[in-house]
Amino acid sequence: MEKPSLLTPEGLRLDGRKFDELRPLKIEVGILDNADGSAYLEQGGNKVIVAVYGPRELHPKHLSLPNRALIRTRYHMTPFSVEERKNPAPSRREIELSKVIREALEPSIFVNEYPRTAIDIFIEVLQADGGTRCASITAASVALADAGIPLRDLVAAVAVGKVEGRLVLDLNHLEDQYGEGDMPVAMMPVLNAVTLLQADGLFTPREFKEGLELAKKGIMEVYKVQREALRKRYARLIKGARSLEE
Amino acid sequence: MRSEKIIPTIKRKSIEAMLKRGERLDGRKLDQVREISIETNFIEKAEGSALVRIGKTMVVAGVKLSLGSPFPDAPDKGVIIVNTELIPIASPVFEPGPPGEEDVEIARVVDRGIRSSNALDLSKLSIIPGKRCWIVYVDIYALNHDGNLMDACALAAVSALLTAKKKRVSVEGDSIKIVEEEEPLPMKDRPVFITIGKIGDNLIVDPNYEEELIMDSRITFAITEDGKISAIQKGEAGYLTCEEVINASELAFRISKEIRKLLPALPKVS
Repeated sequence: MEKPSLLTPEGLRLDGRKFDELRPLKIEVGILDNADGSAYLEQGGNKVIVAVYGPRELHPKHLSLPNRALIRTRYHMTPFSVEERKNPAPSRREIELSKVIREALEPSIFVNEYPRTAIDIFIEVLQADGGTRCASITAASVALADAGIPLRDLVAAVAVGKVEGRLVLDLNHLEDQYGEGDMPVAMMPVLNAVTLLQADGLFTPREFKEGLELAKKGIMEVYKVQREALRKRYARLIKGARSLEE
Repeated sequence: MRSEKIIPTIKRKSIEAMLKRGERLDGRKLDQVREISIETNFIEKAEGSALVRIGKTMVVAGVKLSLGSPFPDAPDKGVIIVNTELIPIASPVFEPGPPGEEDVEIARVVDRGIRSSNALDLSKLSIIPGKRCWIVYVDIYALNHDGNLMDACALAAVSALLTAKKKRVSVEGDSIKIVEEEEPLPMKDRPVFITIGKIGDNLIVDPNYEEELIMDSRITFAITEDGKISAIQKGEAGYLTCEEVINASELAFRISKEIRKLLPALPKVS
């Protein structure tokens, strides 16, 4: 396929967004009955569901750590999540992403509070439209909070990319595929802590610094949606508990 | 013997105390890379190869070429496949079996850094567009693990590619004839990978094994000859502040210039 033009004559992106605009983002908390914590996220065409189990007993036991919880993460894409059916076996990409997503979330968890246990994070990408690792981190962090696991801060993530020589926020699939660069960033915003940073494509030092700033801006917006989703869920629960008392 | 990924508390404390004074246990400065050696054409049967040592860390990379089919979404380009195996030869912390997440991460980061820099001109590796092309396999094996396998693997991969030779081919219709005459691979850039570790508030270049055991996080930058970033990867379960990220990038830029001097020259491609 020929590379399509990724900007309109008016200087907007193909889906009508400005350079620094996120796709519509929706997060629902506590949507799974059997998980200790869960979240469902939609961001543009991405649909991601996350279940968190734990802290719970760890099997096999020999993996358990005497001083802290073991965090395990599985990032997986369903075969029907992309245009051409994806083999359901874990790809090298999924193996790497499971690792970097775990390392993005782990700094936020008070792992020393739960020695010898496991906290398992299962991420299923139901539909992919670019930026699924960031969407997964954003959703998983909310699911961890929903599981009642003490966190230093929520982890919010967004990708910055380069499209027709310009830095843009929150790449969609087309921009990811035909753009000149992709830099996913995850942060604990209140702590000014970068917990995931990757890049491919070419970035000058200046673009890198500006990209980091743009990512920070997007992350603050994602963070707001995360907190609002948690608030909504627990306001409802508290209301329900109150009405039971009456 | 290092059979587990643990480090005595007393050693951890002394490493941390020394870092506060700007010193490291092995006598290096915080921004100092261990001694590097690159021995190319180490494997005669490979089209390109390099044995790389960074301090006691040792890896070997071999480049093999074969004819194959291009990917459907890039019919007019050749293919590069990077594979890394961290084998038990290198350390008792590695186990035999299919590549684990560490192996896959290194391979994919090295792949991204090389690919994004356009170091290997894949368009020159097409033979019959949509049908036949060169497939360049870069296989990297860790032989001794004393930390910073990422940079060592990248250095070996790039050095092997820079010195690799491929046969010329002549095309008549749909038939490809391999000519015995050899030429270098179409290399256009020499990306250098620099990994910075973070221990407490300190940033250190080229962490060794003991430092890796106690470091909070690490960040790798792949840097091209004209000073662009072609890959970034943050690793480990800690974090860096935005300022630390920027400082690490500037450190990586500076150090990458020193390291590039050690690389084989860009081949002259006809």
